[in-house]
This record gives sequence, C-alpha cells and structure tokens, in this order.
Amino acid sequence: MSSNLTSDTTRSASTEQQAPTNSPSQPQAKTTPGKWRTVLREISNGNTIINIFSVIIALAAGAILIGLTDEEVRESFGYFFARPTDALRAFWDAVAGAYSALFQGAIYNFGRPGFLNGIKPLTDTLTYATPLITAGLGVGLAFRSGLFNIGGRGQMLIAAGCAGWIGFGIQLPWGIHMIVAVVAGIAGGALWGGLAGLLKARSGAHEVITTIMLNYVAFYLLSYLLRTPLLQAPGQSNSKSAPTAETAVLPSLLGERYTLHFGFILAILATIGAAWLISRSSLGFRFRAVGENPHAARVAGINVGKTYVMAMLVSGGLLGLAGSFQVLGTTTSGFTPGIDAGIGFDAITVALLGRSRPWGIFAAGLLFGAFKSGGFAMQAAQGIPADIVVVIQALIVLLIAAPPLVRAIFRLPHDGSKLTDSKKVATA
Amino acid sequence: MLELRGITKRFGTVTANDGIDLIVEPGQIHCLLGENGAGKSTLMNILYGLYHADEGEILLDGVSQKFAGPGDAMKAGIGMVHQHFMLVPVFTVAQNVMLGHEPTHPGGRLDMAAARDLVRRISNQFGFGVDPDALIEDLPVGIQQRVEIIKALSRDAQVLVFDEPTAVLTPQETDELIAIMRRLKAEGTGIVFITHKLREVREVADTISVMRHGQIVGQASPTASSSELANLMVGRPVELTVKKNAPAPGDAGLQVSALTVTDERGHRVVDDVNFQVRGGEILAIAGVQGNGQSELMEAIMGLRSASHGSVTLDGKELLGSSVRQILDAGVGYVPEDRHVDAMVAEFSLMENMMLDRSVGLPFVKYGTVRQPVVDQFTRERMAEFDVRAVGPHIPIGRLSGGNQQKVVLARELSRDLRLFIAAQPTRGIDVGSIEFVHQRIVRTRDAGVAVVVVSTELDEIAALADRILVMYQGRVIGIVPANTSREDLGLMMAGVTPTTKEDPHVQQFN
Repeated sequence: MSSNLTSDTTRSASTEQQAPTNSPSQPQAKTTPGKWRTVLREISNGNTIINIFSVIIALAAGAILIGLTDEEVRESFGYFFARPTDALRAFWDAVAGAYSALFQGAIYNFGRPGFLNGIKPLTDTLTYATPLITAGLGVGLAFRSGLFNIGGRGQMLIAAGCAGWIGFGIQLPWGIHMIVAVVAGIAGGALWGGLAGLLKARSGAHEVITTIMLNYVAFYLLSYLLRTPLLQAPGQSNSKSAPTAETAVLPSLLGERYTLHFGFILAILATIGAAWLISRSSLGFRFRAVGENPHAARVAGINVGKTYVMAMLVSGGLLGLAGSFQVLGTTTSGFTPGIDAGIGFDAITVALLGRSRPWGIFAAGLLFGAFKSGGFAMQAAQGIPADIVVVIQALIVLLIAAPPLVRAIFRLPHDGSKLTDSKKVATA
Repeated sequence: MLELRGITKRFGTVTANDGIDLIVEPGQIHCLLGENGAGKSTLMNILYGLYHADEGEILLDGVSQKFAGPGDAMKAGIGMVHQHFMLVPVFTVAQNVMLGHEPTHPGGRLDMAAARDLVRRISNQFGFGVDPDALIEDLPVGIQQRVEIIKALSRDAQVLVFDEPTAVLTPQETDELIAIMRRLKAEGTGIVFITHKLREVREVADTISVMRHGQIVGQASPTASSSELANLMVGRPVELTVKKNAPAPGDAGLQVSALTVTDERGHRVVDDVNFQVRGGEILAIAGVQGNGQSELMEAIMGLRSASHGSVTLDGKELLGSSVRQILDAGVGYVPEDRHVDAMVAEFSLMENMMLDRSVGLPFVKYGTVRQPVVDQFTRERMAEFDVRAVGPHIPIGRLSGGNQQKVVLARELSRDLRLFIAAQPTRGIDVGSIEFVHQRIVRTRDAGVAVVVVSTELDEIAALADRILVMYQGRVIGIVPANTSREDLGLMMAGVTPTTKEDPHVQQFN
C-alpha cells in the first residue's frame, strides 16, 4: 500500500470520527441571542459607545468647571441652604449659556441674520478640523504600525517651512504653484518622519525619544531660518516669513465670506486614501502586521525595519500635508515658528478618540474642530476661559483610556475582550 | 480534605465548567486529565481564587470557603505550582520564597536568616537539595520548579495543585518530580496533578478524573490503558501512533555544516553543529527545552544574525540570506512559539493565511489585496486542514490551539517546499489535532520534502523520526536511529554521550 493512500484513508476516517466532537458546540450556537441582541451587545461592548459616553461625561465634568469659574454661581452657592433655587438657577444659567455659546460658535449662530451668516461657525469648525483630521490620520497610521509618532509638531514645522518657501519664494502659475507647494510640504514632513523611522530601523532608537527630539530640532531650525534671508520677509525684524503668494493659496470653497479652503477636500481625500491604505492595500497589511506582532511579521519574511521606515514616511507625509494647510490655507499672511499651533499634539488626541481608524479620526477631528471654533466663541460671549474646552478634550481622552470607568458609570456590560479570552479557553 | 461541589463557571454564553464535583483526600494524588480547553485551568483558577464560580462551593474539611483572591486560597492551605513559573529571576531562592510574606525584624528590616532557614528546612525534609542563596536565573528548570513547590509548602499548603508540571522537564527530571510527589503524598499532602500526558498519569495517580467540554466525563483507575484514557479524553477512539512507511530518502536536501550561533550576551548557544537531512526523510531533533534547538532553527530561517558556518538547501547557501529569500527558496517553518512568531492573534484567518505572501501574486495585485482570492484560498485550506471556525473572517486568536496550529500548517504547506521545519508542532494542542498534524508532517515527507521536527516530547520524537539528533548545551550529542530506546535518549538529553552505534550520516562530517 502506498503511504499516500494510508494517510488519506486515516485522515478521512478521522474526520468522520471527529464530527461528533463538534456537536457539543452546536447547542451553544443555538443559545446565542438573536441578531438584534447581538448587534446591540456589540454596540454596547464596542468602542463607539464608550467614546460617545466619554464625551458626555467630559461635557458633564466641564459643566461643573464652568459653574466653578462663574462669579455669580460661586456667590449664590455661598447662601445655598438659604435659597438653593438661586444657586441652581445661577448654575444652570452659566452652564446653559456656556454650552449654547459653544454650540453657536461651532455649528450655527442663531444670533446672526440669515442662514448664510448663521452657518458661518460650522464652516469655521470645518476649517479648524481640516489640519486636525489630516494630522490625526498621520498619527493614527503610525499607531496602527505600532509606532508612537510624537513628532507631529516637528514634521508640521518642516513641512510648513518647505511649503511656505515654495509659496512665497518662487513664482509659478496658479494651480501648479499650489500643487508644488503642497507636495513640498508632504515631502518635508515625510523626510522628518522617515528620519525617525530610519533611526529606529537602523539603530533601534525608540521613536518616542527621537520624534520628540526632532521636534526641538525642527523648531529651532525653523526659528533660525526665519531670521535668515531664506525665509524671513524683507524688512521684517521678527521671525516671520513673507505672505504666501496668491498663486499658491488654497482656494476658498464657499467664497470669500468663509474661511473654509480647498484643504478640507484634500482632508477628505486623505481619509479615503488612508482607509484604503490600511484595510485594502498590501503595504497597509504589512503596517498592521508589524504593528500587531512584529515577531510574526519578521518570521513571515516581512522586513520589519523597512516597514517602520515606510510607516513613518507616510505618517510624516500626512502631518506634512497638515503643515502645508497651515501656511497655504489658514495663515497665508506669513508664518512664525508657532505655525503648528499645537496641532501635532492635538493629532495624538484625535487619533486616540478615533481609535486610529480613518473615519473615526475624521469624526474626532470634526468634534475637536468644533470645540476649537466654539471655545473661542464661548470665551468671547460668556467670559468663560476657552481653556475649559481643552480640559474637556483632555477628559475625553482620559475616559477613553479607562473604559472600565465609563462602563461602571453607565452600568454597561462587561468588556468584550474578556469574553473572547474565556471563549479561547472554553471552546477548544 | 478538599471538596469541590457543583462548580459551574460561565463566560458569556460559554460554559467553561459545568457542575464539577471533585474530592481530593489528604495523601492522595488526584489526576485531572483533559485536553487543552477542557476546562481544567478554569477549574483550578476557581480553586486558587483567581475566578469566582457562578454556582457551587469549595469545601475544606467540610467548611465552605470564599476566596476573594489567591491570598485567601493560600491562607486556607491551597498551593499552586504554575506551568509558567512565578519567580523573580534576579532574586535568590530564599528571596523568592519569602516574597509576599516576608519575615521582618522589628522596624521592618528583612529577616533573611529566617527565610534561608525556612528554605533549608523544607528542602531537607523532602530531599530537594536547593541552595537558598542561589539565584533563580542560574538554576536549571527542574530546580526552579522545586523552588515553586517550596514556596507553596512554606505557606503550609495542605493541597498542592500542579499545573502541567512536566512540560518543561527532561525525562529524568520528570522521574525526580514524580518521586517528590510521592514523598509529599506520604507526608499527607493532597495533590491535584493536571496533565495531558497519559504515561505519567498511570504512573503516579491514585484517582483519575477525566474532563471534557467543561464536565467530568469519567473516573478511571490508574490501571486503565493509555488508549482507554485517550478515548475518554477525546470522546472517540484515537490513534496514538502514526502510520508511516520506511523513508525513501532522495537527493541532498538540507546540509548544515559547522554552524555556530552566538546570542545577545555573546554565549555560544549553537556550537559547531553538523547534520544532513535528505528529501523524503524526517530528522527529529530531541533535547530539553533551551539547549539550542530554537536558536538552531532560527539560524536556518535567517532570523539570527550572529551565525557562522554553512547552511545549504539543495546545494544553495542559505546563511546570510534574508528571511524572505529563505522562504522563497522553498522553506516552510512552523515556529515553536505559535502566539509570538507564527500568527497575529488580532488578524483574521484570511490575513494570517497571507501573512508570508503580502507582496505580489497570488494575493496582491497593483498593491491591493485581492480579497476574493484570499477568501477562497482560506476556505479551501480550512476545508483541507479541517480548521473548525465560524468563518474565514474571525480573528485567529479566538480559535483553539489545535485549530490555530492547523491554520499555520496550512499556510506553510501551501507553498512549494524543499524543506519543512516544524518546531514543537503539537505544543498546546489537543489530542485530536496532534494526530492530524503528525499525519500531515509524514505526508509532507512522503512528497519528497526534507523535514526537520524539533520536539521536547519523546512520544512525538518516537512517532515521527526516521533519525534522531539529540542536542545538549548547543552541541549535537549524537545522531541515532529512530529505534533508540527512551532510556538512551533520556541520557543523551542529559548530556551523556551515547554508547549506541552512531548513525552513518554523521560520519561524513567527523
């Protein structure tokens, strides 16, 4: 008898014999809840609901802070037991006033005549969200590859320098000038990010350290260059560049009345591109494989070092795109070393809130754009420090990082991951 | 006396333990036998206070116990010797034993003398021969395990739970452990011995409880035959031996010459290793865990940069090539640590199936993953390799060890191979899957592929080997025929050079 035949017959025999062992798992399948309950369970177990609840808790905590900062509320709480209604009313007025100002500053201002004026805050929100989304995508993509890109600031600054220099330093026809400037920005950011990737791949230097250090290098390099004729505007005594040429400015989307510029379209395209890259492309597949388990990736023949460099190039490139938006869309009157406006760090928060998923980051970027836009309005209208908004943002991330806390507050069912762990044990 | 009554534990919709009754008498060795995932570990974690039972109770000498955590269980007199030792490597034996209940002088200064005395006393009482001042990291695995036992005994354990204690031991160390267990038993300690190795059970057990699918499916006496026990465990008749014909060795295959590997600390972990495996034969590499087998395989796979010597496959030099090039040369590799090196737990079965082929055809075109192709490929392989899973889209981490290993095997065997390396191919998988994996390995050999199997289990070595290479401290201690006795292999694994006649293949190099 040939050996092939032997193993074939034993195999088929064994599969037949194994069939009954499968049967105990079938009652389990029957007892699983109906489709809707499963969906509901997944939502309540899932991360989306945690995120939403985190935002709600953070807003509630923000309400308390708003109350604390309000003069009238503090006064009325002084005689709380004599007339509690005063205190509660004052508290309610302060919080409602603040949050309605936040809303009117971020979405729609009912105080202004006509729809076109009223909707302006929403377009401001989108403008603020544009670099946040793009930078968030960069940080999120690095997260998916197992890298903590804390160097968003440096990458954005280098990109702003490159895009800005192209923007005012050379003359090109409308359109082409813009494209060249954006590409230069992306290249600058990619270079700065790729440097950290290369250091990690070659020498094992941790990217958290190198990217933070490269932030300083970028900041002081740009500060220096802004005092040399290369970047400094002629006749300027401050570290400030010349304004971006008309031909390189990203065009307005909705006319001169609104700040929203073409960058928002690019941010949407970047989100679509990142979604394709992460979940459909072979490069993204390697990014994720290295991010989830670099050991297995290496054994499977994936060049882990090269993948790190690629991931940092793409991540830096996205942050570079965000940096170009700053000089070509938001601040076209010339830039300073503070042109990044802290977006490189906010991007980490946005990526966390968006769970490093492109469309999640898109939504998180919109939310934070709204906070930014509304925060200023709140300060102007109610005299409440806009810093409260930053506290709310920080609380959101804090709560997202501690899902058991959110589950406990809202009595949500237990963590899904524990369930799967036990399944591993039980269904062997 | 320890009694578990009607213990039930559910995780979501899954019942891991279903109404378990178990009695452990003092001075009795109670074996808990079952496949991986049968619910043994869950049960023991309940006993040790790590989980809480949904129903049922734990009684010690007739008194119901409530354990909030391992601390309570220890206080009540339950000790646990974990499969993975819970020791601090840079601490001494005495420091590890005292950890968590340190004796102190007034003022909080540690009383090291008391801790040393305690270790010495227990060590002498049971003849462990453990030096209280030795550093854990310098001790062999077998001695480390004794430190774990001392730790448990130092807290006056009345019942000791051994969780798969022999997995990391040489045959000789296993014999010594069994002697220690008998001694503990004679001193009146109740012992729960968790294992899936049938031979040990029959040697040492007073009572055997067999678990399957979260239930106790039967009691057996130690006189029961191995196949009876295996049938109880799996719930169907099991073939314990692999049917295989004589090998038909063909052409050159793998040739390893003067291979030396140094680790990060500069130690020679593989030392001047020579051997040859021809197409159509299985070379089994035996040895106690940590004697250079893993490093040898990693060096062949291009995963170790500090390697010198020569590794050729069909005459082509592999050493110095990248992992990618070595895979492309026709090498399939099942790494020993499945969770770390062979799969991405969060990835779906599909993604794991294409892990080693993420560039170019068949799975990638124009930089985009061809989902339908991967999907179809995965479904076909799942059918061929009998992978039991809901579908190709679920994360591989949710599967049982056996099914995970089948996925890894399916991936590695689906390329055109010239050499197939399987390191610990059946570690942590159930009996039913072991049978299947062994058959596939033999079938791969019969297709003319050179096969190297690394295993610490002599049963596996005996089942698969055409020739056996034994490693000890990074060196080849000998290459012997497949019919070499267990005793001789055990001696070789402990570093004793064999007296049996050397395999003719090895002479070419010496």
